Amino acid sequence: MSRQVSNPDELLPGDLVRVIEPDGTVRQHDDFPFDIEDETLVDLYRQMLLTRAVDREAINLQRQGQLAVYPSCLGQEAAQVGAARALRNDDWVFPSYRELGFALARGIDPIRMMHVYRGTWLGDHDPHEHSFGHITIPIATQVLHATGFAMGTKLDGKDTVTVACCGDGATSEGDTHEAMTFAGVFEAPVVFFVQNNQYAISVPLERQTAAPTLAHKAIGYGMPGVRCDGNDVLATYAVMQSVVNRAREGGGPAMVEAVTYRREAHTTSDDPTRYRSDTEVEEAARHDPVDRLRLVLDQRDLRDDTVEREIADECAAATSKVRAAIYDADHDDPMEMFDHVMAGDTAFLDDQRAQLRAELAADAAGS
Amino acid sequence: MTVTLGQAINHALVDAMQEDERVLVFGEDVGRLGGVFRVTDGLQQKFGEERCFDTPLAESGIVGTAIGLAMAGWRPVPEMQFDGFTYPAFEQIVSHLAKLRNRSRGHLRMPITLRIPYGGGIGAVEHHSESPEAYWAHTAGLRVVTPSTPSDAYSMMREAIASDDPVVFLEPKRRYWMKEELELPVTTAPADQAVIRRHGDTATLIAYGPMVRTALDAADAAEAEGWSLEVVDLRSLAPLDIATITASAEKTGRIVVVHEASRTLGLGAEIAAIVQQEAFYSLEAPVLRVTGFDTPYPPAMLERYWLPGIDRILDAVQQSLTW
Repeated sequence: MSRQVSNPDELLPGDLVRVIEPDGTVRQHDDFPFDIEDETLVDLYRQMLLTRAVDREAINLQRQGQLAVYPSCLGQEAAQVGAARALRNDDWVFPSYRELGFALARGIDPIRMMHVYRGTWLGDHDPHEHSFGHITIPIATQVLHATGFAMGTKLDGKDTVTVACCGDGATSEGDTHEAMTFAGVFEAPVVFFVQNNQYAISVPLERQTAAPTLAHKAIGYGMPGVRCDGNDVLATYAVMQSVVNRAREGGGPAMVEAVTYRREAHTTSDDPTRYRSDTEVEEAARHDPVDRLRLVLDQRDLRDDTVEREIADECAAATSKVRAAIYDADHDDPMEMFDHVMAGDTAFLDDQRAQLRAELAADAAGS
Repeated sequence: MTVTLGQAINHALVDAMQEDERVLVFGEDVGRLGGVFRVTDGLQQKFGEERCFDTPLAESGIVGTAIGLAMAGWRPVPEMQFDGFTYPAFEQIVSHLAKLRNRSRGHLRMPITLRIPYGGGIGAVEHHSESPEAYWAHTAGLRVVTPSTPSDAYSMMREAIASDDPVVFLEPKRRYWMKEELELPVTTAPADQAVIRRHGDTATLIAYGPMVRTALDAADAAEAEGWSLEVVDLRSLAPLDIATITASAEKTGRIVVVHEASRTLGLGAEIAAIVQQEAFYSLEAPVLRVTGFDTPYPPAMLERYWLPGIDRILDAVQQSLTW
């Protein structure tokens, strides 16, 4: 008894979906039409620049010893901002750890994310407040949470859609296979949004799969796979709003491979010169997603000094806010670590709690 | 009525699902078949395919989606079909199920009861007789419980499902067919309390799950020697009921821990450490352990040599008494 797919070929990815032409002309794709207002174009531009500014500030803070580590999303702003734009506020996102652009677009205060990278706390927002899961470090594990969440909203008869974020490396993990298997079988309203940034730390895409493309994997789970240019914010938006709406209307899951490039190191602890050339990175920079969108704005005369100044001011305000909150920030109550181990009684931890309390008291008395 | 341990769990699942429509039961073969041990028998007919469903054969997927379902406000009761098949789900259990509450500063709760039939003694093939409880008990954020009687199986399952903490519910599979006369619903002691199954003053046997019956049988046999053995049923392996363990150690001064799991770094080691710390001056002999050997679980033909039995327990008691 297998699911009836009238024409399996329809699940296969077509050519890479690209919308913004080299000169900034927007050419709609027949399969993924979309409407977008001028105002929205400027807002996407603003969000991408904001992402880039906060991302840069995080790297600076790490260099100054203020963050333990930081995984940059430089070059992936269009993929994240474009995908986020396709969602309603009550749609859910389950991120990996490189989703600053997605988080900002969902209204999450970047300070809360930076606390995680500073080591002040492990995950510092209420997922239900912004319909946005916690930074998830073990690769691909969050795609199962997303799938289960989508199964849950479907059982509730809701029409929310859940986005499972992961990277190219994560597609090799068993959890991605299991998640896509479950999503297909239960027709869960989940979209697997794979940012193919070409590298899993140092390991390039060709070591992750022998499939023609990552999007080809989707057919194995009975869902459509689509490839879009992840440096093209409008292509990503167009493709995502199509598969998100399809899922919302009961069409089931889909996989989107947003092809992009990780221009920074894997994290600030990484040394990419050991595995890729400067020439390769410079070539990738020529396909910069912000530059691409700027061409669109210019062709439509949507960008002037006022717009640029407003955005620059907003970026400066955001980065200085992050810097002020993170610089030398401490955790104010070490005892808190005992508070969230269990929902119920944690009397069995009393000895250990008392031990730390006594140590802290002794420290305070000694200082 | 006469109820087996397996039936008691089934009744608990039925009653919990009836009481709370957010309770979901899922796993491999739990729906149409009713589970390989029939513990989920009839649930799908009673509550429909949305509330009791078969999943693809993927243990990490079962636990990982349970986590997502819990975040979406459901109260999942997933099943791992056998102890030896929990390992594919290890990462989801240790890295997320146990930690999400902590990571989220209490914003998220994980009201998930993970059912795992465990232990040997049923003549099964490899990977079907394991006792992995120490892995879960070692992991902060998980509650780990195991019943030894039908009434406890019912009551502790209801308590586990009602709990907002993740509970690893270990079902002693060789005792699934153990019978008890009882009226349902039944409420026994809270799951995090150990109970004294038999009072005595010569020495204490500390056991849990499948070994409680064996320990009680050993205590019966010990009467012939003139020994009056106390039998403590831990019930909760995490957290441990330190007060009950300590009180019995102070009373008898001689402790023998019995478990099926291998010895090294098993629950017995933790209990020995607790007893020497809490009841040092009451001890008449070192804490001894009667456990499975530090070998992989043997083929079925050999399991009777591997599993702790009455003789091995009584030998240990003798050793304690003559120390």
